Amino acid sequence: MVKMEDIGARILAGDHQVQYGQNQRTKIKALVVDDNMINQALHRTLLRNLGIENHVVGNGREAVDVHCSGRRFDLILMDLDMPVMNGIEATKKLRAMGIQSTIAGVSSRSVDENIQEFWEAGLDDYQQKPLNFPKLVSILQKVNHSV
Amino acid sequence: MLGLGADRLRADMNRLLALLFHQGVLDEQFLQLQQLQDESSPNFVSEVVNIYFHESEKLLRNLRGLLMEKEFADYKKMGIHLNQFMGSSSSIGAKRVRNVCVAFRAASEQTNRAGCLRALELLEHEYCYLKNKLHELFQIEQQRALAAGVRYPMQN
Repeated sequence: MVKMEDIGARILAGDHQVQYGQNQRTKIKALVVDDNMINQALHRTLLRNLGIENHVVGNGREAVDVHCSGRRFDLILMDLDMPVMNGIEATKKLRAMGIQSTIAGVSSRSVDENIQEFWEAGLDDYQQKPLNFPKLVSILQKVNHSV
Repeated sequence: MLGLGADRLRADMNRLLALLFHQGVLDEQFLQLQQLQDESSPNFVSEVVNIYFHESEKLLRNLRGLLMEKEFADYKKMGIHLNQFMGSSSSIGAKRVRNVCVAFRAASEQTNRAGCLRALELLEHEYCYLKNKLHELFQIEQQRALAAGVRYPMQN
């Protein structure tokens, strides 16, 4: 099994040619959950540049619906403040559905009581926005995926 | 000789970027955007920044509309718009705009209407400055790309 930490170390050293999805059979799949179009574009491109297949939805309700349709992801990047259904509610619902994907909260908040509530909803990791390569690599090291 | 034009334009771009960093208008997140630009998405930065312009102008109109209401009291809605603006500004590295949003949000949380109005004017000013400078940067980049694409004539 290729260790995520080894791939991550290469990327942090500047090797952006490393791909997490070199083998189509074992390609990591990620779901971006964010209502902000700029963050959607940014997260999508960060993931794509690492060879990670990704899908984008605009709020927590759509994230739940896409799982209800049967799709599964290795990683979910979950924003906190979203209309219709926020990141806390969506995370709780996904965990109640038995979804065991790695869920990383990604929000502009730093220290705030809602972050604790976000963690308690079922996060595996949390990074403050804006997301960049080092932060994404740090998240990816938590993904439980065999390659 | 024509190749020197591209070099000069690149130097102009770097000077402008250095100025914007020095002024605190942009921060290193803008460099992160540039790192994401490659052959498969050669216009990534300008595309994302254009989305930012479109979204920001909508938010500024909404904020002004709210504050101009006679019986304005919806500070919660104002807070939502400001969070959006702050998030987008952080994501493209628009540091000064983001900082004004922070001050604006503080005034909003204190339900300080006069403070909000002052913050809105400052925000509109900072946004305008940022937009003009980024347009200037993209224009130089376009000219540089054109100049770099011109080849030296063959000499026999």
